[in-house]
This record gives sequence, structure tokens and C-alpha cells, in this order.
Amino acid sequence: MDNMKMRAQLKGDFVEVKVLMSHPMETGRRKDDFDRLVPAHFVQLLTATLNGKAVLEAQWGTGVSKNPYLTFRLKGAKVGDIVAVTWYDNHGATATQDIAVTSA
Amino acid sequence: MQRRDFLLGLAAFIALLPSKVLAALWNKAAFESVLLNDASRHLDINAEIPSADIQIIAPDRAENGAIVQVEVKSNIVNTEAIAIFVEKNPTPLIANFMFSNGAEPYVVTRIKMAETSDIKIVVKVGGRYFTNAKNVVVLENGCG
Repeated sequence: MDNMKMRAQLKGDFVEVKVLMSHPMETGRRKDDFDRLVPAHFVQLLTATLNGKAVLEAQWGTGVSKNPYLTFRLKGAKVGDIVAVTWYDNHGATATQDIAVTSA
Repeated sequence: MQRRDFLLGLAAFIALLPSKVLAALWNKAAFESVLLNDASRHLDINAEIPSADIQIIAPDRAENGAIVQVEVKSNIVNTEAIAIFVEKNPTPLIANFMFSNGAEPYVVTRIKMAETSDIKIVVKVGGRYFTNAKNVVVLENGCG
């Protein structure tokens, strides 16, 4: 679950960050082939930082799609700055990844 | 107490810490609400003002409700947070994004939709709340 894919590109006056995470995002309402409920397993919190400074905090429920996708934009960021994203799920698992801003 | 026992205890305590901090941060009541109004109330949303300055880009018709891409942009100055709701989902609150330090009030994400419904957006600006909505026709349910 550590294969988070990230891209951060300078586009004019903002940096666009795209993140693709690998996570089942189980709602707790789905049944498996044996008609047993699959327990809820989902990302609850995602945080992003720019050069260590908090820029985004997202709280999620079970309604975010499997293998979550996210785009966000940062003003005042420049090429070489470091964007880091961390998620935490309801099982206590966490993953973090960072990337340097590149020019488009 | 032996020094080793103390250190083991301390390690266990630290290991337990993140989930506890998280439980305190995550708005359980809002995310587990089955009615949109209850979810809104748990986010302290009051007196929603309709606003065309909230842009919502989502498909008119979604073939597969398991993956519906939605793009939200707030043109309201000093937007602090964007909450995404799907009115007819089993738990309507999907996500709440909070912006700071130069993050623009803009997100693109992919969400699940159980059936044809409005995607409702609520934007927080100071103590005020603005709202807009976009209907999406769902052809195949996405909330297994």
C-alpha cells in the first residue's frame, strides 16, 4: 500500500499536485463471495505539506472511490519545493510520500 | 518499575498515540450520519447561502457509480474549506477539505454514488457557509 503516485508541476502562478493512492476504501457494506460483510477499511485523514508547512487537510468517509485520486493547487510554490502527502486509515495504517515541484 | 518495562510501556504508548490523535480529529459523528442534515449539523454548518461562485464539474450521467470524478472550485474570497456531500448515499458526507498557507480552494477527486442524486458542495468562509449542487444520473450503483 506504499505505492502512492505523485506529480507536482508549476503551471503559471500555481503548482498543481496530483496524487493517486492505492487503497481498497471498503465501505463496510459490501459482501464477499460467501455473503459475509467485508469490514470497513478506508482512509480517514490526508494531510499535505509544502516544505514542511501544512497546506491541506482532508477528512474522508467511505464515499471516496477505491484507489483514491486527488488534485489540489498551491499558490506561492516554486520549482524545487517539496510537497509531501500522508494518509491515515481506520486500521491505523499510514503512508507518506514526497516529491519536488517540476516545471510543466 | 524496571527501566526496560518502562521503556516497553512507553513504546506501546507511542504506538497507540497516532490512532487516538486521529480519532479525536476525524469527525466521526458527521461521517457516520445517514441523513444529510445530520451530517451538516455535525460540521456546524448553518444558514447555507446558495452561490454560483462555487463551480462544480461532474458528469451529467455516470455509467458507473463506483467512480464519479468531481472537480470543485470556489471563487469566494477567503474560502477555508470545501465539503462534498452526496444526498442519497448511505452516508452522505464524502469528504471535507481544509485549505491553508496558499492552497487554493480547488479539488478534483473521485467519489462513489449509490444512485442518481445531487452532489452538494458546502464552502466555509469565516463563520458563513455557501452552497451549490450538481445533479448526476447514476446508471449503475457504486456503493457495494
